[in-house]
Amino acid sequence: MATVILISQVLMSLALILAFVRVVRGPSLPDRVVALELFASIVVGLVGVYAIQTDVSSFLDAAIVIALMGFLAAIAFARFLERGGPRDD
Amino acid sequence: MIETIKGFLILTGALFMLLAAMGILRLPDLLTRMHATTKAAALGVILIMLAVAVHFGEVAVVARAFAIIVFVLMTAPVAAHVIGRAGYFVGSKLWSGTVKDELRPNYDPLTHELKSGLETDANAVHQPRDSDPK
Repeated sequence: MATVILISQVLMSLALILAFVRVVRGPSLPDRVVALELFASIVVGLVGVYAIQTDVSSFLDAAIVIALMGFLAAIAFARFLERGGPRDD
Repeated sequence: MIETIKGFLILTGALFMLLAAMGILRLPDLLTRMHATTKAAALGVILIMLAVAVHFGEVAVVARAFAIIVFVLMTAPVAAHVIGRAGYFVGSKLWSGTVKDELRPNYDPLTHELKSGLETDANAVHQPRDSDPK
């Protein structure tokens, strides 16, 4: 089981790195927002796996909060984009 | 048996997340990238939360895991729709191989006016009514 958890953590860290490359490179602001939303999803997965690894179920509360923050950040960025705020892609 | 199910769920979830990240890195424009990330990442979170539910097996934890699953299922499409809409309005470029963009001929980005595509010259002219705000 420890091996499986280690492999999955490596896979998700790799996914975080790839998403980060898109955050840095992304040609426009919406691309970066999509990448940040993917970030939040991957971190929720990492927290879930960590909860299994350490056998502490309280980490799920953190996962709920991270998912909520990711959603609210996406909504806020979309509002900002549609209202045409100042930006520098 | 439970260990096997757990390992399978965790590994598939992690693989789907890696798939989403590869999609966001490799695909050519905003909408195709969103098509990769929203579905695959949501499925990854759902599978991992199922593994958490199987691992703990207590009512409180299973309820929280299912709360996360329901939350992700409800918010992922909403967030994707909102970002895609904002991205289109902001004017992010579509991929050069895009076959069809049905919004383009009917939508005026300056006035935010959307046509149905069935207007004739007669009914395209704005007819002022008495009830219109001055």
